[in-house]
Amino acid sequence: MTSPTTSSDQPVQPRRAGQSGQPGQAAPAAEPAALGPVPGPSTAGAASTRRRIFAQSAFEAKMILRNGEQLMVTILLPVMALVGLSQTSIIDLDTAGRSRIDFITPGIIALAVMSAAFTSQAIATAFDRRNGVLRLMATTPLGRGGLLASKIIGVLAVEAVQIVVISAVAVGLGWRPDPVGIPLALVAVLLGTAAFTSLAMLLAGTLRAEGVLAVANIVLVLLTVLGAVLTPAEQLPDALRHVALLLPSGALGEAMRGAFFDASIPPFSLLVLLAWAAGLGWGAGKLFKWH
Amino acid sequence: MPSNSSAVEISGLVKRYDGREIVRRLDLVARRGEITAVLGPNGAGKTTTVECCEGLRVPDSGTVRVLGLDPQTQGAELRPRVGVMLQDGGLPTSVKALEMLTHVSSMYADPWDVGDLVERLGLASFARTTVRRLSGGQRQRLALAAALVGRPELVFLDEPSAGMDPQSRLAVWELIRALRAEGVSVVLTTHLMDEAEDLADRVVVVDHGQVIAEGSPADLVAAGGRATLTFWAVPQLETLSLAAALGAGVQESDPGCYTVSGAVTPATLSTLTRWCADRDILVSRLSTGRRNLEDVFLDLTGRSLR
Repeated sequence: MTSPTTSSDQPVQPRRAGQSGQPGQAAPAAEPAALGPVPGPSTAGAASTRRRIFAQSAFEAKMILRNGEQLMVTILLPVMALVGLSQTSIIDLDTAGRSRIDFITPGIIALAVMSAAFTSQAIATAFDRRNGVLRLMATTPLGRGGLLASKIIGVLAVEAVQIVVISAVAVGLGWRPDPVGIPLALVAVLLGTAAFTSLAMLLAGTLRAEGVLAVANIVLVLLTVLGAVLTPAEQLPDALRHVALLLPSGALGEAMRGAFFDASIPPFSLLVLLAWAAGLGWGAGKLFKWH
Repeated sequence: MPSNSSAVEISGLVKRYDGREIVRRLDLVARRGEITAVLGPNGAGKTTTVECCEGLRVPDSGTVRVLGLDPQTQGAELRPRVGVMLQDGGLPTSVKALEMLTHVSSMYADPWDVGDLVERLGLASFARTTVRRLSGGQRQRLALAAALVGRPELVFLDEPSAGMDPQSRLAVWELIRALRAEGVSVVLTTHLMDEAEDLADRVVVVDHGQVIAEGSPADLVAAGGRATLTFWAVPQLETLSLAAALGAGVQESDPGCYTVSGAVTPATLSTLTRWCADRDILVSRLSTGRRNLEDVFLDLTGRSLR
């Protein structure tokens, strides 16, 4: 950023040799009048697409990771659930012969993905929409498409932080994941992110910000308790089991467990995640209101 | 790109919300290198019109051209050349003021130096304060800085000095004039008559979604007679007889308060006092003055609350 007319930072330094006295000579105290003429219009245009999207993605991720409530729901909540469920037996788990930490960690990562892609993103976008931030950024060279891309990359960046923190804690507590499961789990994370970010956008783009705040938290709790996220669907009561398998939460949980337990994702869960991602993505595209 | 083309050219713009027409076949031209003020009461359709120019709203019909381009289909080409200050700010509340400005500047290849802009708009004292804690006037200055940081050819400012203290307002006006001197086109909406009168090259008065008057501030003021004459006396004078004597229009705007319209000259005053003296009527108070834009505006858009 080297606009030719900047002067405010270095009032003592003469701008042009030979015109403004000797170098090192004390200049008079800077006054507002010391500012040069304002710069004329730029003909250089926008920064490159890559730079714009990178800047906005980093901005989005930083805003979430610096916000207390967002940090609580995206990092603290999953880590507490991980430690609580693996180190205490307050809640009875049928681990089918696995250690508690091996049994619970895939579901905790699924919960983390839901909190970042859905709850946190829905709330952040809803308030940005109410405060006009979405509209303002849409008028800059970033545009609406760039803003959306940056939001998705921002979510992935937050998820990377979550997964590193959760995995480190889990490994510390004795988790030994099957290396073959890791790439499969990443596929499940990406599909889950697509479905839940679309749901976040659908809510944030249609409801009032306060409404989104309530709904996004309640839906996260309901899906976590009833939606086969932390424990397999087969452990749920009959009626709930079939519903849970059709929900994006159940599909993501089953996919994560499949990846780490059996080194394969159940095709049905894959299909369910794809269908939700496509349907919610289409709905968000149709119904999202910028105002 | 011909340099003499318009900065903004709108013709036949129609925009409806829920079936209600907010903008009704509006035509408007803002010339390049000029400051155009769009003046109008609340709900007149100013913001909607400007938002159609910014690509934020899709017109129901009519054409909008900004720097010769269509904001709907040529937005990517247009956005780097246009700066926008929204009425509700559009600033994320959890970031620091300077951080926000620096971030917006990263969207442009050759932005205005952020330090210079901070100094010009007096943002330094709150550069490290989060947006949430800024006063209304401070937010306005930050939003203005964000609109200018890309060094645009054209800026849209929606009520730029709302909530600012008089010092900030003067600094902002000075900056806007300096930008015009560099060839930047400015379109601003405002309620503030002095803002429009002091700053604008052209004023466009909008009401009920249509342009009802336009011209330079001087033209608009002159259109209704250069001076005003108001006097107070007993109610229910024979205004027709007085009007005939003065050769001008006379209206009893309130009981006992009379407004003379038309050219006001020294002879008008003398005729008025003679006419009253002949009828043994005491003029209790009398004032003459230059009509200002506010008078014109109120004449055009009415004096009652809506």
